[in-house]
Amino acid sequence: MAALEIVNVEKRYKSLQALGGVSLRIEQGEFFGLLGPNGAGKTTLISIVAGLSRADAGSVAIYGYDVVRDYRQARKHLGVVPQELVFDPFFTVRETLRMQSGYFGLTRNDAWIDEVMENLGLADKADANMRALSGGMKRRVLVAQALVHRPPVIVLDEPTAGVDVELRQTLWKFIARLNREGHTIVLTTHYLEEAQALCNRVAMLKAGKVVALDTTAALIKRISGSQLVINLARGTLPDSLKPLVSHPQELVSGNRYTLRVNEYTEVEPILAALREAGAVIDDMQLQQADLEDVFLQIMEGGK
Amino acid sequence: MTGFRTLFYKEILRFWKVATQTISAPVLTAMLYLLIFGHVLEDHVQVYPDVRYTSFLVPGLVMMSVLQNAFANSSSSLIQSKITGNLVFVLLPPLSHWEIYGAYVLAAALRGLAVGAGVFLITAWFTHPTFVAPWWIAVFALLGAAILGTMGLIAGIWAEKFDQLAAFQNFLIMPATFLSGVFYSIHSLPPFWQTVSRFNPFFYMIDGFRYGFFGQSDVDPLRSFAIVAIFFAVLASLAVGLLKSGYKLRH
Repeated sequence: MAALEIVNVEKRYKSLQALGGVSLRIEQGEFFGLLGPNGAGKTTLISIVAGLSRADAGSVAIYGYDVVRDYRQARKHLGVVPQELVFDPFFTVRETLRMQSGYFGLTRNDAWIDEVMENLGLADKADANMRALSGGMKRRVLVAQALVHRPPVIVLDEPTAGVDVELRQTLWKFIARLNREGHTIVLTTHYLEEAQALCNRVAMLKAGKVVALDTTAALIKRISGSQLVINLARGTLPDSLKPLVSHPQELVSGNRYTLRVNEYTEVEPILAALREAGAVIDDMQLQQADLEDVFLQIMEGGK
Repeated sequence: MTGFRTLFYKEILRFWKVATQTISAPVLTAMLYLLIFGHVLEDHVQVYPDVRYTSFLVPGLVMMSVLQNAFANSSSSLIQSKITGNLVFVLLPPLSHWEIYGAYVLAAALRGLAVGAGVFLITAWFTHPTFVAPWWIAVFALLGAAILGTMGLIAGIWAEKFDQLAAFQNFLIMPATFLSGVFYSIHSLPPFWQTVSRFNPFFYMIDGFRYGFFGQSDVDPLRSFAIVAIFFAVLASLAVGLLKSGYKLRH
């Protein structure tokens, strides 16, 4: 059974088609990345999964439980870290977490609450009022709130936006551990290197549609194996090399070019072409393609 | 049940942590009404034979406090949670619409009754209350508190901004309570306004509640009870229906 099964989900806000028939099947134990530019529909999709929003068409099931029909079972299996930094100013960290446990039907959950706080570096803030916490600490509490009921599926909606390096590391260490223990993780992020390091599979959304869906490794392989980055001290790129440029804006903007190279043997002819055109190379690097290149290529394609 | 109990407890804690503002302040306001209106009108108005005006005023003021504070509790809790965004903590867990309804309305009713009890205890000190039919007192206080808690929930779901909620409160709840016979018997009104008052459900809540103290009222308490109970059932189904449909909460 899939941890999360999204079938043909559509959502429209007045004139805006936020989701135009999204289907995704995420298996148990996956670490899944949901990428896309702002406004692509990531948060709308997560809201529908979480029951915060209703789809106009299509269905979503968590561990086989429909999020509308069997909403109680579905929500028990799901923990969501919302993107907005929200908190209840009336309560302390511990009160907040105890209450969240209670909403999920759990009493006597203190051992697990303590463990979550410990792992997220919240232990010494347990009795602090939510109002008194810094933004980063509030973010940790949001993560802890999503985990109080040990949900098998954990959805994190841009959990590291505007967060310092220390929290990112603490957070990913803990989330990776939960993933090893069998929890399914769904992550949206703007930091593509994070997705690349953590996610075994990635879906890219653009304007409410899935435009790429594959394992992270296969997606990276899909575009050229590597890239040759050159800085020219003198001269310009000859016309014969222009089709190899991966970022079109570089043709306008100056003397730095990123060229797609499928095999290492292609490097020599490029250098020869430059020499013939009278260009002088100032600096040169051969880079492996990363998820960011795939992302840019897919998002720029079809413009 | 744990989910319901937790939300109920949270809603109580929410107003209890700021009890000066949510309980003491409205008790003081009601006391001021009693002192001023009692002082001005004591010798000029006699509503029921053998009942002094100040004594007549007490049940009305108690009920008005119950109603206004029950409304204020659920409506302000919801709108605050909606605007700050922390309502998401209630929307994400597996709480049913019945649990959410029950927790918000019971907590609101409890705050209304707590303020009402405070007003009563303090004003009873100035007057000498009688309890002709204590059951009616309890029934109308509970129903009135539950009705206004429900109205607060509906207003909180509907309103998107604080001023919309304030409009609901100032243009609907306040006139309905003030024109329900808190300060007078509707028999003292011209016939047209008597008829208008009979379309105000709040009138029956206060009239029935007052019957419990004096054994006298403008309308038979059984009839008031029937009207108030039906009004409650209609509002409660509307509120649960809104929660179930996700109206304005789950877009």
